[in-house]
Order: sequence, then structure tokens, then C-alpha cells
Amino acid sequence: MSPSTRRLIVNMGWLTLVILALWQGLYALIGDIALRSPLATLQFTAKFVTTPQFATHLAETSKAFVLALGIAVGSGLAIGFVLGLKRFASDIFEPFLIAIYSVPKITLYPILLLVFGLGLSAKVAFGAIHGIVPIALFTLNAVRNVKPVLLKTARVMGLSSTTTIRTVIFPSALPEIFAGLRIGFSLTLIGTLLGEMFASQRGLGFLLMNAIGLHNVDVIVMLTFLLTGFAGIAGIVLLLINRRITAQA
Amino acid sequence: MTKAGLIRLALIAVLLGALEVLVRIGRIDALTMQAPHKMLLDLYAMLASGKLNKAIAKTMGNAGFAFVIAVSLGVISGLMIHRMRRVRETLDPLFATYYAIPVFAFYPLLILLLGLGDAPQIFIGVMLGFVAVVVNTLNGLDRVPRVLLKTARVNGMNGLETALKITLPSAAPYILTGAKFAVAYSLIGVIGAEFIMSTGGMGYEISFAYNNFDNATMYPLIIMILVASISINMVISRWEKSLLKRRGLQ
Repeated sequence: MSPSTRRLIVNMGWLTLVILALWQGLYALIGDIALRSPLATLQFTAKFVTTPQFATHLAETSKAFVLALGIAVGSGLAIGFVLGLKRFASDIFEPFLIAIYSVPKITLYPILLLVFGLGLSAKVAFGAIHGIVPIALFTLNAVRNVKPVLLKTARVMGLSSTTTIRTVIFPSALPEIFAGLRIGFSLTLIGTLLGEMFASQRGLGFLLMNAIGLHNVDVIVMLTFLLTGFAGIAGIVLLLINRRITAQA
Repeated sequence: MTKAGLIRLALIAVLLGALEVLVRIGRIDALTMQAPHKMLLDLYAMLASGKLNKAIAKTMGNAGFAFVIAVSLGVISGLMIHRMRRVRETLDPLFATYYAIPVFAFYPLLILLLGLGDAPQIFIGVMLGFVAVVVNTLNGLDRVPRVLLKTARVNGMNGLETALKITLPSAAPYILTGAKFAVAYSLIGVIGAEFIMSTGGMGYEISFAYNNFDNATMYPLIIMILVASISINMVISRWEKSLLKRRGLQ
């Protein structure tokens, strides 16, 4: 384990402690009306995750998320590579991507619902549109910034364009592409959950929305805890991989 | 205008034209999507009648308020965190994963704490925008040339003066990048919160219109939000570019 990895994990530990302390403090301030203590949340979570109800919703969310992530990564990389390699095409399309990136996509959910109907495809689409753009933009910049001398070398050695992409462009652009994938992962996750909250009858997002409607504090706090925990751990793992790739490059 | 810009305009025109034709000939039914010209007419009618002015003012006002708080608080926090190495290292993993956290899950808690007024919605908008500003401010502060800081020291500037006259102007382009995110996030926060639970505002009206198949209200409202966020972003981008250009960076 490298020193920087160890430092990151130690910092994570501190951060967790601080958040737990703040949580407990907030609970002392508010009480049971809108919050549960960390301990009570853990107990409730341990009980709830074994129920078949949880398993169904989790399976639904996982399916939607995996599909959305697949679409986001596939099309994001494709768009990024094509535009990164073609200067003129990127001059035309990059401003579109930036505009889509900066739009509050949550306002588009009624349109997606009308187009896709209530169900799996609407939330997959909602997740995917959150993830595609950052992945495409990061890939585009990464591919465009590959050192010209590397490309020249590839040309001198007579590599075909697919071989050039596979052996030169992709490895050299990988650290930055991975940074885009990391952001795309987070945004696809939040997009899928938002899609479930507003446009679905199943999944953890729906469960959360339902709990908000019924003011079921146990479930609200548990889901916030679980989702935040998952997002946090996945984010840290991706960050570690990202650092390793960057260090190798 | 550049050639790419012209092609871009032509593309937009073709797409809008195609949408218009597809809706007119009924390939896309009018319950799903309105013809573009109809959206514009509806938008005009809506603004002229003034019946949604209150909702529009409420949402835009709240989002604007959230934006101002997120940016000012974010810049100040960025300046402070930048000076504290340990704190920054501890917060780094949080910053890296923050945007995967479903912030809207905190909305019920905020309603109980702050009441069902505008405050919880503004709070959500600030929660979303704030971190983007902090991260970009830190990024900008990291790039302030050492020689400028040295000059400040040589001239005997105190901490506040250095921040106001040296570090903040130097980091400005990056802070503006953060501000662009904050525009989108404050709108997302306010409108999303209105979708979930509220008594008014554009998000509330959009979901009300959606539930009543009232496309004549829904599409104009959505277009207004999109146009507002894109144009604010373009203004900030232009400012950002002119700052970079003055330094010969672009």
C-alpha cells in the first residue's frame, strides 16, 4: 500500500468519525421527530436489508443503474473519441455538450416520462443523460490533448488507425478518461435515483419518495445512510484506482 | 461568426424543423411533444396572461438567492480550507464523492427544521452548489503563481488584502467555473425540491401540469428554465474567457 493510499484511508476514517459525531449532535438537537441516531439507524438497517421487500427494490435499482451506466459509458466514450479525433466536428458539437452539461436536467423528467412512459426505460434514460455528457467531455479533452509526438510516432511506424487508438491514444488518455468515468458514475447514480423518485413505482428512489410522502423517518434516514455510504465507498475506490492509473501514466 | 458556429445554427434549425414536421404529421403525438412554434406561442400567452408570474418569480428568486449564498460561502470556505492542509486532506474524499449523494433525501428533515416555506428549498440549492464552488476555488488557489504571493509579502500586505487584491483575482477564472456549476445546481435544488413537496413555484407548476396533461403550460415552463440556465452560463463563460485571454492563456 503506497503512502498516499494509506493517507487517504486514514483521512476517510477521520471524515467518517467527524460525520458520525455531527450526526449524533444533530440528533441530540432535533430528536426523533425527523432523525434517528446513528446506532438506531444501523440497527434498523441491519433488520431491513434482510427483508425480501428491500431485495426487490435493490434489484430494481441495480438493474436500472447498471443499464444506465452501460449506456452512459458506451456512448460517452464513443462520442468523446470521435469528437476528440476530429477537430472540426468537436468545434461544432462541443458547445452542445457543454450546454447540455449545464442544464438542470431535473426539469426534463416530465418529457422523458411522456416519451418513455412510467417504468424502467424512463429511469434508465434519466440516469444515462446525467452520465453521458461528463464522460464524453472528459474523453474528448483527453483524446485531443494526446501529445502530438506520440501520434507522429504512431504514423511513422505505420500503425493502422484502430491500432493507434488501442495502443497509443487510449493508454495515454486513460487517466483523464477515468476521471470522467468517475464523475459519470456519480452522476449516473444520482440520475437513476432521481428518476426513480419522480418517475417510477419501484426501486430505492421510489422507496425514498414513498417514505418522504408517509413521513417514515426510519426508512428515510436508513436509505440516506445506505445510499450515501454506497456512493462514498464506490467513489473512494474509483478515486484510488484513478490515482494509481495517473501515477503509472 | 465562425464556420462551425454557422453549421451549429443550421443543425439546430434542422432539428427544430424536423420536430415541427414530425408533430404536424402526427408521427409524434401532441400529448407527448408539442410543435416548437406552439411552445413559443404558449410561452408568449403564458407570460402575457401573467398567471404564472408569481411561480416564476418565486423559483427564479429562490434559485438566485441560493446561487449567491453558494458562491459567496463557497469562495470564503475555499479561502479558509486552502490555508488548513489537514482539514483539506480530510475533506478531499468527501469532495470527490459528494455529487453521488442524494441530497434530496435530506429535504424532509429540512422541512421539519426550517418549515415548509422557501428556506428548505434554498438550503437544498445551496447544499448542491456550495461544494462545486469550494472545489473549483481550491483548484484556482492552487494555481496562483508563487511570485504574486511573494510580491504581496514584499509589499507588506495583510491576509485580507492579499486575498482581495492577489489570490482571488488570480483564481477568478476557476471560481467562475465553479459559479457555472452553481447556476445549474441552485436551479436543480430549488426545482427538484418543488417537485417533491411544495406549495408553489415552477417545479410545482410543471409537475401539476404534467399530471393534468397540460402541455401548454409544461413545455413553456421547461423551456424558460433551460433558456435561463443556458444564457446565464454563456454570460459567465464569456467573462471567464475574457479573463483568460487577458492573461494570454487562451
